[in-house]
Amino acid sequence: MSDLDALREDRGNKDRSVASPVPIGVQIANNDGSRPASVVARAFLVGEGMVGGYGKGPSILNGCTISAEKGEIAVIVGPNGAGKSTAMKAIFGMLDLRTGSVRLNGEEITGLSPQARVAKGMAFVPQVRNIFPSMSVEENLEMGAFLRRDDITQTIEQVYGLFPILRDKRRQPAGELSGGQRQQVAVGRALMTRPSVLMLDEPTAGVSPIVMDELFDRILEIARAGITILMVEQNARQALEIADRGYVLVQGANAFTGTGRELLADPQVRKSFLGG
Amino acid sequence: MDLLNALVAFLNFVFIPAAAYGAQLALGALGATLIYGILRFSNFAHGETMAFGTAVTILLTFGLQAMGLTFGPLPTALLALPMGIALTSLLVLGTDRVVYRFYREARAAPVILVVVSMGVMFIMSALTRFLVGVEDIQFTDGARFVINARDFREWSGLEEGLALRTTQLITLVVAGLAVAALFWFLNRTRTGKSMRAFSDNEDLALLSGINPNRVVAVTWIIVAALATTAGVLYGLDKSFKAFTYFQLLLPIFAAAVVGGLGNPLGAIAGGFVIAFSEVVVTYAWKQVVAYALPGEWVPASLLQLMSTEYKFAVSFAILILVLLFKPTGLFKGQSV
Amino acid sequence: MTTLPRATLTNTAAPASNLRPVVLYLAMLMLILVTGFMMGWNYALTIVNMGLISAIMALGVNLQWGFAGLFNVGVMGFVALGGLAAVLVASPPVTDAWAAGGARILAGLALGALTVLALIVVRHRMAAGRSKTLALVLVAVAGFLAARAVLGSGTLAVEAVNPSVSGYLGGLGLPILLAWPAGGLLAAGAAWVVGKTALGLRSDYLAIATLGIAEIILAVLKNEDWLARGVKNVVGIPSPVPQEIVLQQDPDFTARAASIGLDPVIASTLWVKLLYMGLFAAVLLVLLGLAQRALHSPWGRMMRAIRDNEVAAAAMGKNVTSRHLQIFVLGSAVCGIAGAMMVTLDGQLTPGSYQPLRYTFLIWVMVIVGGSGNNWGAVLGGFLIWWLWVIVEPVGQSLFGAISAVLPDGSPVTAHLQDASAHMRLLTMGVVLLLVLRFSPKGLLPER
Repeated sequence: MSDLDALREDRGNKDRSVASPVPIGVQIANNDGSRPASVVARAFLVGEGMVGGYGKGPSILNGCTISAEKGEIAVIVGPNGAGKSTAMKAIFGMLDLRTGSVRLNGEEITGLSPQARVAKGMAFVPQVRNIFPSMSVEENLEMGAFLRRDDITQTIEQVYGLFPILRDKRRQPAGELSGGQRQQVAVGRALMTRPSVLMLDEPTAGVSPIVMDELFDRILEIARAGITILMVEQNARQALEIADRGYVLVQGANAFTGTGRELLADPQVRKSFLGG
Repeated sequence: MDLLNALVAFLNFVFIPAAAYGAQLALGALGATLIYGILRFSNFAHGETMAFGTAVTILLTFGLQAMGLTFGPLPTALLALPMGIALTSLLVLGTDRVVYRFYREARAAPVILVVVSMGVMFIMSALTRFLVGVEDIQFTDGARFVINARDFREWSGLEEGLALRTTQLITLVVAGLAVAALFWFLNRTRTGKSMRAFSDNEDLALLSGINPNRVVAVTWIIVAALATTAGVLYGLDKSFKAFTYFQLLLPIFAAAVVGGLGNPLGAIAGGFVIAFSEVVVTYAWKQVVAYALPGEWVPASLLQLMSTEYKFAVSFAILILVLLFKPTGLFKGQSV
Repeated sequence: MTTLPRATLTNTAAPASNLRPVVLYLAMLMLILVTGFMMGWNYALTIVNMGLISAIMALGVNLQWGFAGLFNVGVMGFVALGGLAAVLVASPPVTDAWAAGGARILAGLALGALTVLALIVVRHRMAAGRSKTLALVLVAVAGFLAARAVLGSGTLAVEAVNPSVSGYLGGLGLPILLAWPAGGLLAAGAAWVVGKTALGLRSDYLAIATLGIAEIILAVLKNEDWLARGVKNVVGIPSPVPQEIVLQQDPDFTARAASIGLDPVIASTLWVKLLYMGLFAAVLLVLLGLAQRALHSPWGRMMRAIRDNEVAAAAMGKNVTSRHLQIFVLGSAVCGIAGAMMVTLDGQLTPGSYQPLRYTFLIWVMVIVGGSGNNWGAVLGGFLIWWLWVIVEPVGQSLFGAISAVLPDGSPVTAHLQDASAHMRLLTMGVVLLLVLRFSPKGLLPER
C-alpha cells in the first residue's frame, strides 16, 4: 500500500469510482463461449462476460452478461450479494472490469469514464444521494442538463409532463420532498440529458407500494418513448411484471435469463427467488 | 427626550459598531463556509488569507497615494481593492495548485486538509509579515465622518452625539453589495448553481458533467475576494495588525458554525449574531440606562457584563451553546 | 474519523526500520554537537533544554492525535495553565492581599462553582420545555452576576495591595517541583470541561472549540491580575536548582570550575543548565516510558482501533466518546506538565509571550514531522523542529547579511531584508510541514 492510502478516508457512502480520474476498462474481451452470448451480441446495450470487483478486492462479477434492446426494460434481480448493483455499475463504468466488454449501440465503450458515458447518452440514477437536496426541483433538473448547451425548457416540460407533481413543487428544495417525490426528481434529473439508456439502481427502495406502482407506470412510459431502461430491483415480482428482459444473478453470474413473464412462470425461479 | 438620548447612545455605541463588525465577520465567515461547502475542510489559513489580501491592498494603497491618486472623500484603499483581490486570487489559486489539489485528487480525509491548511497558514503569515511587518498600520484616508457627533448634537439639540464614520458606512455598503453579488451569482448563474450542486452532492455533480476543477477554481477566487474585502474593511474600520487577523479566525469560525457550516445565508446571520453578542456583552450600558431610567434608579456600576478583553469568550460561549443544542447550526448546515 | 497515521498492512522494511530511529537520533545528536561547537555550549544547552520541553509537549499532542486522531489546537492554553500552576504552587503567598480580599475572591469563585452545579442540576432534573430553558437562563444570569459582584470587589482590594511588586494573591509557597504535576492536573481539568462539550461532534468542532478555550485561558491570564499579575508578569519564581549567582559565590564550586579550566560565570551557567537538563530528561523518560506502555497495552490498541475505524469500534460496544475524553485529558495534562516546566526554566510567567503559532501550531509541526502515532517520532520531532526554529533566525540573518553585502549601502532592500529574517521561521515551518505531509505523510519515524 502506498503512502497515499494513509491519507484516504471513506467519505460517507460516496463512491470513489464516480470520480475516477482515469478511464476504467480492459483490453481483451474474454468470451470463452460459456454463456449464450451470441444472441445478445448485437443488442443496443450490452455488458458481456463481465468479470470484476472493487479495487483489488475479489471478483464480484463472474462473467455475467446483461443486454437490452432499444426501448426495452431490462431488470436485474437476485438474492442479496449477488452483484446486481455491481453489474449495473460495471455497465456504467464505475468499477474495474478485468475481462468483458460494454457496448452501446454497437460502439465499444468499455474504456470510458462514467462522465464520458453520460455524454454518450447513458444516464444513471444512484440508489441513495441521487438529488441535490438544498437546490430547488427545477435547479435539480437544470443541473441534470449541465452538459447541454441548447435550450432545455422543452425537456423540463417533458419531465413535468411525466411527473406533474414536480411542476407544483418546482421552487421547493428537493430535500424537503417526500421519498417518492425525491425519486421522481432523481429520475427527472437523469432524463435531462435526453439519454438513450436510463439506469436505475433500486428506484423503489424505501417507498410505499402505491408510490412504487406509480413509479413503475412512469418507467413504462419512459420506455415507450424509446429509452432503454436497465433497472436493479429488490421488489422482484413487480419489477419482472413490467420487464421485457429479466436477469437473475447468483454469485455474479447469470442464473436465469428470459422475458419477465417467463421468469415469473418458471417454477424454479419462483421457488428460489420470488418466495413461491 | 431622554429616551431619544438613550436611543442615540445605543445606536452610537452598540448598534453601528456591531453592525459594521458583523458585516466584516459575515464576509469572513462566508469565505470560510464556502471553502467548507465546496472543498470540505475548515481552512485554518483563512485569517491569514484575509491578512495577506489586506497587506497587498495596503501596499497598493500606499503606491496610489505616492502617485497622488486618491478617491476623494472615500478611502484610497477602495481603489486598490480590486487589484488586491486579483493578487490574492493568484496566491490562493497557486496554493491550491501546489498544495491542496494533490490531497483533493487523493480524496484525503478532511482532517488531513485541515492539517495541510496549518502549513499554508504558516507560509501565508510569513508572506504577510515579509510584505508589511508586524506593526499596527493605519491606512484609511479621505473624509473621516459621514455624520459628525458635534454636528448631530447641534442639528438635533440632543445631549448625546451620533457619529457615523465613513469606514462604518463603507463597510455596510460594500458588504451589502458583495453579499448581493454573491447570492446573485450562486442562485442565478450556471457556474454559481454548479457550485451549489457540487457542495450539495459531489458525486451527482460529477455524474451531471460538472467540472470539479472549474468549481474549485471559481470558489477560490470568490473566497479570495470575500477574504480580502473583509480584511480591508476591518483594517479600515480599526487598523491592520497581522496577529489580529489570526485572532479573527475564532469569531469567524464561530459565525460559520453558528449559522450552519456550508450555508452562506447562515454565515451572514452567524456573523451578526456573534458581533452583536460581543458588543452587547462587553458594552458598559450605564450611559444608555442613565437616559432611560429616572436618576435615582440608575445603578452605580458600569453595567458591563464582561470586560472587552473577554470578547473571545462570547464567541466561544455562543459556539458551545450551539454545539450543545443545535450542532447543525441555526440554519441547516452540513454536519456529519 | 480515520486519521493520518493508519497502520500499514505489511512492513517489508522491518530490519531497516529498526535501525532508522537510532540513525535519526544520532543525527539529531550530531546537529546539537555541531551547534555547540559553532555557536557555544551555552547556546546548545539552551536549545536542548527547550527541546526537552518541546518533546514533552509533542508527546502530549501525539497521544491525542497519533493515538486517537483528536484535533487539539488549544495546546497553548494547556501549556499556559501549566505555567499558571507554577505560580500558584511555588510563589510565596502575599498575606496582605489574602487579608484584603482573599476571602471575597474565594467566595466569588465558590459562587461561580455553585452556579455551574445548579445549572447541571436544573438540566438533569427539570423536564424539557420552555420553563426549563427559562430556569437555566435565570440561574446562569443570576449566578454570574452574583459571583462577579463578590469576585469584583475582592479583586479590586487584592490588586490595590502594593501593585508595583505584587497586587496578587501569590501562591502556596510549596516546592516548585510540585508545580509540575499540579500543572498537569490544572490542564487536565480544563481539558475535561472542553472534552465533555466538544468531543463526540465532528473533528473540526473540537478544533474550533480548543482554539477558543486557548484564547480564553490566555485572556484570563492576561487580565485577572489578582491571579498571576496579568501582563505585569510574575518574576522570580523559585528554582529547583541552585542559582548561578549562588554557585559563583560558592568557593567549592569556583575551585572545581578552575580545576577544569573554566571561568566561574560560564561554569555556573553551564552547570545550572545541565541540572535542568537532567531533571527534564528524567521527566521526559518517565512520560515516554508511560506513553510506550500505553501504546502497547490493550488500551492503546483499542485507541488505535477506534481511530482507524470509529464506526466499527462503536459497533463492537466501545464507548468511543468516553475513550476519547480519557485520552484528550491525558494528552492535555502532559502539555500542562511541560508548561509548568517551561515557566520553571524561565523563572517567570509572561502571559503576553504566549502565541498560538509558537505554542500550538509549532507543536503540531513537531508531531507531524516526527511521525504521528510514534512516541519516539514525536520526541525526535520535538528536538528537531525546536532546533530548526531556533537556528533559522541566525542562519537567515547571516544569509540576508550576505545578500545585503553585495547591495549598495543604505539600499531600502537591506533594511527590509533585516526585518524579514525574523519571519523566516514561519516560512520554514510552513514549508517543512507541507513537504512532510506531501512526500512522507507518516513522518520521520512512522507508526508501525
